[in-house]
Amino acid sequence: MADLRIDLAGIKSPNPFWLASAPPTNTGYQVQRAFEAGWGGAVWKTLGDPIINTSSRFAAVHFNGQRVAGFNNIELITDRPLEVNLKEICETKKRFPDHAVIASLMVEPKREKWHEIVKRVEAVGVDGLELNFGCPHGMAERGMGAASGQQPDLVQAQTTWVKEVATTPVIVKLTPNITDITVVARHAVKGGADAVSMINTINSLAGVDIHSWNTIPHVGGQGAHGGYCGPAVKPIALSMVAECARDRGVGIPISGIGGISTWQDVVEFMLMGATGIQVCTAVMHHGFRIVEEMIDGLNNYLDDKGLASVTELIGKSVPKYSNWGDLDLNYKVVARINEDNCINCNKCHIACEDASHQCIDMLTNADGKAVLQVREEDCVGCNLCSIVCPADGAIDMIALDSGVAPMTWNQRQQVISTLNGSHSEAEVV
Amino acid sequence: MEHTSPLTAFTPDMFMRNFAEAEPGLSRKGAVEESNRCLYCYDAPCIKACPTGINIPSFIKRIATDNLKGSAMTIMESNPVGASCARVCPTEELCEGACVLNDASAPIQIGLLQRYATDWAVNSGVQLFKAGIPNGKRVAVIGGGPAGLSAARELAREGFAVVVYEAKQLAGGLNTHGIVSFRLPQSISLWEVEQVEKLGVEIRTGIKIGVDVTVEELRGEYDAIVLAAGMGYVPPLGIEGEKLSGVYDAIELVETTKTGIPTLELMGQRVAVIGAGNTAIDAATCSVRLGAANVKMVYRRTRSEMTAYDFEYEFAKQEGVEFNWLTLPKRIVGDELGNVTGLECVQMKLTGETGKDGRLKPVPVEGSEFVMPVDAVVIAIGQKRRTGLIESLGLEHDSGIVRIDPKTGRTSDPMIYAAGDIVFGSGNGEAMVVSAAQQGKDAAYAIVKQLSGLQDGVIGSAV
Repeated sequence: MADLRIDLAGIKSPNPFWLASAPPTNTGYQVQRAFEAGWGGAVWKTLGDPIINTSSRFAAVHFNGQRVAGFNNIELITDRPLEVNLKEICETKKRFPDHAVIASLMVEPKREKWHEIVKRVEAVGVDGLELNFGCPHGMAERGMGAASGQQPDLVQAQTTWVKEVATTPVIVKLTPNITDITVVARHAVKGGADAVSMINTINSLAGVDIHSWNTIPHVGGQGAHGGYCGPAVKPIALSMVAECARDRGVGIPISGIGGISTWQDVVEFMLMGATGIQVCTAVMHHGFRIVEEMIDGLNNYLDDKGLASVTELIGKSVPKYSNWGDLDLNYKVVARINEDNCINCNKCHIACEDASHQCIDMLTNADGKAVLQVREEDCVGCNLCSIVCPADGAIDMIALDSGVAPMTWNQRQQVISTLNGSHSEAEVV
Repeated sequence: MEHTSPLTAFTPDMFMRNFAEAEPGLSRKGAVEESNRCLYCYDAPCIKACPTGINIPSFIKRIATDNLKGSAMTIMESNPVGASCARVCPTEELCEGACVLNDASAPIQIGLLQRYATDWAVNSGVQLFKAGIPNGKRVAVIGGGPAGLSAARELAREGFAVVVYEAKQLAGGLNTHGIVSFRLPQSISLWEVEQVEKLGVEIRTGIKIGVDVTVEELRGEYDAIVLAAGMGYVPPLGIEGEKLSGVYDAIELVETTKTGIPTLELMGQRVAVIGAGNTAIDAATCSVRLGAANVKMVYRRTRSEMTAYDFEYEFAKQEGVEFNWLTLPKRIVGDELGNVTGLECVQMKLTGETGKDGRLKPVPVEGSEFVMPVDAVVIAIGQKRRTGLIESLGLEHDSGIVRIDPKTGRTSDPMIYAAGDIVFGSGNGEAMVVSAAQQGKDAAYAIVKQLSGLQDGVIGSAV
């Protein structure tokens, strides 16, 4: 069994599995149940002035009969008084001294407000703070959450105010509802943040009821945008983690969040630079026990890979993530169909025919059997056929030797400009 | 199924229970899950395996996307008896057998999904199709079974005035009268009849051609005739004792259970069913459900030569039917009152020699005669041909099988087309409801082409 312990900017945890600040971490009862189930840490549901929540508040996107491909909420921060939460945090920390308890905080963007809450929260023994600059609904309309998270200067200023008094590590939680997440991440760093976590939820409208014409969800016939999360957002979150991980101006640990529901997702986030991860939707869907499957899968994976510690995964794929302009234009793959595994559904043919480069033929072989065949000379290596193929091992994407030395767009432009003695086109980054 | 003892009477309650549809349909959740498993293949093999060419991936996708009307339309468009076929088609040998998931995981339950969609249509009361603009042409259809109904519907959609002549009191043919209710409730078949009637097709029931209406009258009144009169009851076996009380025709036996509580009494009786086709199986399971104490199937060949489908055979075994292979009936034994008391049989053996049909030839084992003590004998050795009717129409035929052009169904008389069991003979594939439906469609399209001079591509495209 590999060592699953992590240390995220000084916050130690028995494993990388933390619960994100969300409904599952609303109370001491829940967080303690989670720790019993195996979660290594929990970011307490955001503390602040208790607010009133609406009914209803959640909605989900189901896909082809599968429940909860995506999840949407219009719930806000804690609905309970600060004193109650602090008492329960204290109790939880006493029962689970080795687990990580992080307090998520959100107050008005005023220096004294931040000082006050940081002091009160740290007094009960939290292991770290997470500043919620990401919540896209409700609180943003009062100048908090994403409203401040979308203003880099305000992120920097508030982080600075927190760091003035904080004695525990400070994580800044970023909103994805912004053009370039690295800008805000760099401002958090300037403000002294010890780590960043991402992503918070994405602005969303889960759906419209095609019979009542109400929004989903609706509150007495009225709807408003919510925050989107769950498996559907994972690729967005992963790209934002990757962008921050490879940005030298960020350079601080990352707590990865966004659609993580399996141990494989955890491995991906850590390979792409996350030191630890946070989960919410998978627990909303399945309960705390889902962590047992994640821990077991991760353990077996690490053993299979011969890795002694989960920390050996961190950032291993970051060097493999760069800019389009740095991709080798001479690299060539083509699709190859393995007749033994092909089940003749013809999905590859029609996908290629209608949506790619018309290079998969439906033929009949000498025995009269239907076969699918790729005309490799016309194949552009787009992957579409292998994506739509439902049969394991039926389509492989094979790398061909192009017989030409690797050449990226940027290298090509440099060569051209050298030949011309001047700059022709801008470098693509 | 209700277990009975010989002392109790067969009650209406037992009839309701034993003859209610045996296989449950899919729940909504079951249908959504199963439909989402379908790969939506392109140029799908299931479509090619369906004799009526139903666009199966399309109807399944419409179930998955909560468009049951569209799904039912897709099914019924290609197969006017698609609700019945959802229940009686040998799907393992057709669509489901061709499903690409057979080896990968498990084939899609196409039959059950088809039933789910068509059940919706039956229960919703929606009318799926409209009659075409009247074109002034008239067509007579002889026989209101699957082939006749399919031809009538397609002709009505093209604007023809269609009259169906049905000898029985209810149309639907085999689906209405000849398939046990616990596999196909009569209401399903009658819904399909009603769908055709709603297009303005007139169905004259209780009318026999050559008796109530003359062939000359038909020729005078109509521009074309579709002969889809199917086949008749079971022919005599040609052994002693067939007139005894307690000897039944398998098709008649099933038929008596379709219109109400049957008057024949099988409660507590020992029944022998002679034959091994699908009708024989139906007669056997029917006997079990009528309260027979023991049902034995008697067949002169073996399991591998029997023509009943595997799922039928499995179902019969589950129902407790016993199988006596390599057993040839010689004589039905009766008492002095004329009641059946036994079936004298001889054991057979396979010599390894093959007959004209390619099947191994059974020969009697000398001295192996024995009497099987039974109270009833059901004969299910095929069906009589409608030779008299065919000849009264002046059509060429081979031993009661109407000669046709296989593409169009056109007979030796250019104004008469034939479809369904009346053209079915050995070597012509299987006598399936779904094939009859397609033949009915083909005959209709050929008539449209002949009478309106349309090109192939236009035919059958109207909704």
